[in-house]
Amino acid sequence: MRLGFWQYRRVPDTPDIVDRKDVADRHDAVCVIGAGASGLAAIKNLREHGFEVDCYERETSVGGAWNWRHDRSPVYAGTHLISSRPLTEFPDFPMPDSWPDYPDHQRVLSYLERYSRHFNLESDVWFGTEVVSVVPVGDGRWDVTTQSTGGGSSRVQRYAGVVVANGHNWAPLKPKIPGEFSGQLIHSAKFKDPAQLRKRKVLVIGGGNTGCDIAVEAAQQASTVWHSTRRGYWYAPKYVLGHPADQVNDRMLKLGLPLRLRQWIYRRTLALTTGDLTRYGLPAPDHRPYESHPIVNSQLPYYLGHGRIQPVPDVTEFDGASAVLADGRRIEPELVITATGYRPRFEFLAPELLDIGENGRPDLHLHTFARQHPTLAVVGLVQADFGLFPLAHWQSVAVARWMRLRVTDPERATAVQQKESTRPIASWSRRRVVPTSRHWFEVDHADYLRAVEGLLREMEPSK
Amino acid sequence: MKSDLLRFADWTDPVPPAEREVVSITEETDAARPPLLFVPGLGHGAWAFAEHWLPAAAARGFAAHALTPRPGSDLRVQVHDVVQVAASLPRQTVLIGHGAGALVVAYAMGRYPAKAAVLAAPVMDGWPTLGAALRANPFGTLPAMVGGRLRLSRKQLFSPELPEERARELLGRIDARPRRELVTHDPAPRPVGGPPVLVVGSPDDRVVPRTSLDRTATRYGGAPLLFPGMGHDLMLDVAWAEPIEAVLDWLGKELKS
Repeated sequence: MRLGFWQYRRVPDTPDIVDRKDVADRHDAVCVIGAGASGLAAIKNLREHGFEVDCYERETSVGGAWNWRHDRSPVYAGTHLISSRPLTEFPDFPMPDSWPDYPDHQRVLSYLERYSRHFNLESDVWFGTEVVSVVPVGDGRWDVTTQSTGGGSSRVQRYAGVVVANGHNWAPLKPKIPGEFSGQLIHSAKFKDPAQLRKRKVLVIGGGNTGCDIAVEAAQQASTVWHSTRRGYWYAPKYVLGHPADQVNDRMLKLGLPLRLRQWIYRRTLALTTGDLTRYGLPAPDHRPYESHPIVNSQLPYYLGHGRIQPVPDVTEFDGASAVLADGRRIEPELVITATGYRPRFEFLAPELLDIGENGRPDLHLHTFARQHPTLAVVGLVQADFGLFPLAHWQSVAVARWMRLRVTDPERATAVQQKESTRPIASWSRRRVVPTSRHWFEVDHADYLRAVEGLLREMEPSK
Repeated sequence: MKSDLLRFADWTDPVPPAEREVVSITEETDAARPPLLFVPGLGHGAWAFAEHWLPAAAARGFAAHALTPRPGSDLRVQVHDVVQVAASLPRQTVLIGHGAGALVVAYAMGRYPAKAAVLAAPVMDGWPTLGAALRANPFGTLPAMVGGRLRLSRKQLFSPELPEERARELLGRIDARPRRELVTHDPAPRPVGGPPVLVVGSPDDRVVPRTSLDRTATRYGGAPLLFPGMGHDLMLDVAWAEPIEAVLDWLGKELKS
């Protein structure tokens, strides 16, 4: 466990880079990579702190993952929010209060487009432009090489800071299952339309929110549905006591109930609502509530109860037309959808800049600040029992305020940095989680926001 | 200290939606200029701006909107409604609040990065305002302190030049039912996004004392722009054109820089 925050390691100026004539110096401007929800919030908040911003977006429109037109968008026709509207909207730009509790992906995209237009963010976005490399050139400055998406000549510009907001739900993580499968095998990223499921025998692999949603979708369309999960999870309903479940959960946080008591209440609530799912053949959870990313799905138990979804264990190998299960059974699906998630990828950065370990996990202060490069930050690389937009908003406020403070009051910035290095990781990162890559960035939203607020207060402009 | 980030009230008990009355003039306005959202104070509705200020703003090219507060709503709900309407407009909005509506705007600025804000005759600090009201109009004010109606008097709201009949007509439309929190509320939060803020008022306002105007203006880093001779209701009084023209001039200057 590393405690050090921003331990300076000065990068020696490499003369052949620094003196390059073809580098356009953008002086105090900050580069933002990606114009999805996190990138848009970063542009807005950097601007509000007085920075000029250049944002590069490989696609030709805003919205990132939520824009179904984008190659890398994981959105499919039935996608909707898992967290409810008040816990998902930007804190300074609410969704219309007349919208439903759980808006679908088209509403979410229209919301992001409106956010972008309202604050005129697109004027700072270079669309159809990919970032090829980001290289430190000393003094906290960065050379950013860009080129048109899919090729063309490249261009190098020098920035005072870089905010990475390239998303972490676009590079599919595919399970390694031995053997050859003669049917159709796709990752959930390529699942777009319920028609793909119609009247087919479908096996869905993965017990996350996507896997459960697709299993439910398949239950309505396919002729047979198997749902393969490796371990038992706590399947929370979307509504408890007539309110969105996350709003009820936050009532417990508001009252400051200790974790153990909340876990007990969680178990009781699930026993009274979802009931015992082992009855349908699902494994019992091997962890306590709040120790894994929450799965919220009211319909899964319904279709299990109607026999439309048959739970099956892990798939150990493919053998021609059949999939072999961990219990030795063989099933013969026509379509296999692996809903096994995504991996964060930062091809344009040398791994050591984000302290990326061998397993591919970046090690960042508050999942945001590069530990050794004070002008490099990542926004939106976090998973919570909460919407991502508000977290990305506050992360980008913290980044903007930090970058501003470095310029206006370097002494105080150093003091903030020292103070932050003593902030225990356990205070903002959820430590007791199921040890899978899916939980690398798992936080409890209340603890996390408290930590970010602590940092913001240290950097509060003096009156 | 109250948290800006942990908004449990909104997360556990969101303000329910409602039909909001918004009066708008958007014809022949300049899309490059930010929209203006006027927020009326106690007992007033969108009508108070629809009379003069909305058309005056539209004539200068600003899309102009005025919101009537939800009946019986508290400060939290009113702030919610202002932010909802502001966020529904196509561009970053200028918030203009009058009287207790200026307090709502001051709170809304903590929730929404306004393009700019104008606090007109702002009822920002409760106790001095209550004192002034008791001095100027004791019998109209006392019932309100025990939950009754606040009867505002002609001399509180208008200058003597406003014709008697007109004053009576306007007073008849005002239905003020102040809530305790108008006096007991916390200080307004720090505005997000650092918008320019202008305070306008009248030294002859019998609702907002001059000292209170100065205090509010200092808080937002300026001095109040004063229109001597006018009553509290700057947008309805005979000289209504002067403050709105000055506000629009200021906006034009602020937005250029």
